[in-house]
Amino acid sequence: MSSDPFEAPRASHGRAPDVFATGGWVPMRAYREQDEVDFAIVGTGAGGGTLAALLAEQGFSVVAFDAGPYFRPLEDFASDEAEQNKLYWTDKRVTDGANPIRMGGKNSGKAVGGSTVHYAMVSLRFRPEWFTSRSTLGYGADWPIPWQEMWHWYGEAEQQIGIAGPITYPWGPKRPRYPYRAHELNSAARLLARGCEAIGIGWTETPLATLSAPHGKSSPCMYRGFCRFGCSTNAKRSALTVWIPRALAAGAEVRDLAMVGRIETGPDGRASGVHYQREDAWRFQRARNVVVAGYAVETPRLLLNSANQRYPDGLANSSGLVGKNLMTQSNQAVWGRMEEEVRWNKGPPSLAITEHWNYDDNKDFFGGYCWMGQGPLPIEWAAVQTGSRGLWGEALRDAMLHYNHMIGVKMVGEMLPDEANRVTLSNDLDQYGLRVARITYTWGENDKALIQHALVQMGRSIEAIGATDMFRQEDDTNHLGGTARMGADPARSVVNADCRSWDIPNLWVCDGSVFPTVGGVNPSLTIQTIAMRTASRIGILARRGEL
Amino acid sequence: MTDPSAPRYPGYDVLAKRHTPSWNAITRKVIDHRLAVPREPRFFTPSEWTTADAVCQRIIPQPADRPPVPLAALLDAKLLANVGDGFREGDMPYMREAWRQGLAAIDAESAAQQGRVFAALDTAEQDALLGMMQRGELSGPYWNGMGAQNFFAQRILTDIPGLYYSHPTAWSEMGFGGPASPRGYMRMALGRRDPWEAAEAKPGSEARALRDNRHVV
Repeated sequence: MSSDPFEAPRASHGRAPDVFATGGWVPMRAYREQDEVDFAIVGTGAGGGTLAALLAEQGFSVVAFDAGPYFRPLEDFASDEAEQNKLYWTDKRVTDGANPIRMGGKNSGKAVGGSTVHYAMVSLRFRPEWFTSRSTLGYGADWPIPWQEMWHWYGEAEQQIGIAGPITYPWGPKRPRYPYRAHELNSAARLLARGCEAIGIGWTETPLATLSAPHGKSSPCMYRGFCRFGCSTNAKRSALTVWIPRALAAGAEVRDLAMVGRIETGPDGRASGVHYQREDAWRFQRARNVVVAGYAVETPRLLLNSANQRYPDGLANSSGLVGKNLMTQSNQAVWGRMEEEVRWNKGPPSLAITEHWNYDDNKDFFGGYCWMGQGPLPIEWAAVQTGSRGLWGEALRDAMLHYNHMIGVKMVGEMLPDEANRVTLSNDLDQYGLRVARITYTWGENDKALIQHALVQMGRSIEAIGATDMFRQEDDTNHLGGTARMGADPARSVVNADCRSWDIPNLWVCDGSVFPTVGGVNPSLTIQTIAMRTASRIGILARRGEL
Repeated sequence: MTDPSAPRYPGYDVLAKRHTPSWNAITRKVIDHRLAVPREPRFFTPSEWTTADAVCQRIIPQPADRPPVPLAALLDAKLLANVGDGFREGDMPYMREAWRQGLAAIDAESAAQQGRVFAALDTAEQDALLGMMQRGELSGPYWNGMGAQNFFAQRILTDIPGLYYSHPTAWSEMGFGGPASPRGYMRMALGRRDPWEAAEAKPGSEARALRDNRHVV
């Protein structure tokens, strides 16, 4: 049996775990702490992992830090729901506001590869108009990147990740065919399709980052259904299996179990490196550039925790916007029971989707949403029964007996930015002795109107196909964004279109924090797309001597 | 409909698949560890354990004709390991402290109302008290600002069902396939069942379901 990935770092002494082999290793370049590396990257998920690979491949020296362990999927990922809690960021945090966000598996990850290790692999493009939502649609804030440029990079990302999706996507401008064929639909997806057709809206196979044919050392999806956890057969295309191996091969170093607690700045006001805790000691890595890629809670927390005499309000915060405009996405659902056996846990949970209400503007609120089929495993399904219906006792056990007959459709809905929704520092301390994040969230009137609209439409769709005993799950949210937004105006944003902070030119943010708006789709593909564009821009800036 | 107390998946035991391609080495290790959870308090004090056990038995009442899922032991192990969701909401304490305060408050409420600790109440009285917690009708001084309703929703109704449905006995009861690595599934269409999935007893087909469930390997 291999070592415990939580006990001691695995990536050290010139080698890192081979994610494709039980007990395997791959060589890894090691930098010294006194070496001033080109890039110290904090976080190795969709933003940091992608950037580590693409910067190393351009010849930059890169050290990427992750607070979590370095897993080998084949040996470390049990086929078990409770055990997989180890993939989430479950360090201390405080939540408040009128609609406190439940933190955990749906919005965090603590592992090399970040939350892509357990994401549901849904890989969607933003609607083009969302990049100019303020000027075109009248809400939120414009992105500083034209949609055509984003769509170019979406195409690159889909090819390099190996997305399995439909031949023709029904919504938005024409896009290239997905590189891998769409997966077979499971019964939950077939019922979603039937429901959409019954109420007269479109549906399609969901573009998914899980293989439908062999790719390199990865095998195709075996339809286990444990997809919102670590994939134990490596069909899942996560940062752990896609970008980190490329980063190592190109000469990057990855440090696991390495918690960055503070970014140092020098006398010139520029970032000079990162303080990090590894093996119970605080250490310092010098760097010419620092990239923060810790997602929408840990990124602002690190910037705020790095406050010093010169930057008393935290780094990159002259706009006062670090931590503000936190957005989550509405994740309500409608559930019901079918006469037939559905057995919804077989296969990825979200094999079919409708984006109809992302592209239809005949609504009396801003923003859009999609919905997808579902296949929650028993613990999650019990949490829906207790959370939404308040069931316990015999009533709970009886309700759970219908498991194999259930269906559900669940939305990913756009929530609007609001400066009052924010990440600040609590006085609670975590196991590293660092102040933890306080996460404050209240739904706005527009958010509530969007949710009600979605609940009605989702309910119509499954009622039309004969679902009975229907009920709503009204209180759930998922992905995050917005706490270090990008923009064209230094007074109203934290970073520019290249993810470079306005205040400190060698400090960058590259993750979902930079989103000015979150749209009505899952964010992982857009985060990777932003990282690909940023890597390209950094190469261009370096060649011009503008780094 | 048939006898409502008859098992929905007669004879189905998810553990029968332990040595099939549905269970890899790490899965066997993790489930074995869960099944071997020590049946005595390591985190709780003896009196906390007694109260927690009584609460567990009302949140998930279990049939007498099979070994119960040891919920108090699993809860104690979870708190000992201190592995939860990590965050605390508003004035709620973190998980361990919430449980210690909450169990003490339940006994204090019970003593104030009935003159006995929670475990000494009969099941109807216990259910009544839990119902008052759920509906926000308890506001005694014992809750330290945490709120009985919050404790019920965020700890009792989150942790205890989560532990029950992490146990193979619960999976067998509800017909869940359980671990599926590396074999996974192949019959994806509506109404189709792989031979290594639980067979449901439909009226008139109970004997066939029982036979199929003896062969879910």
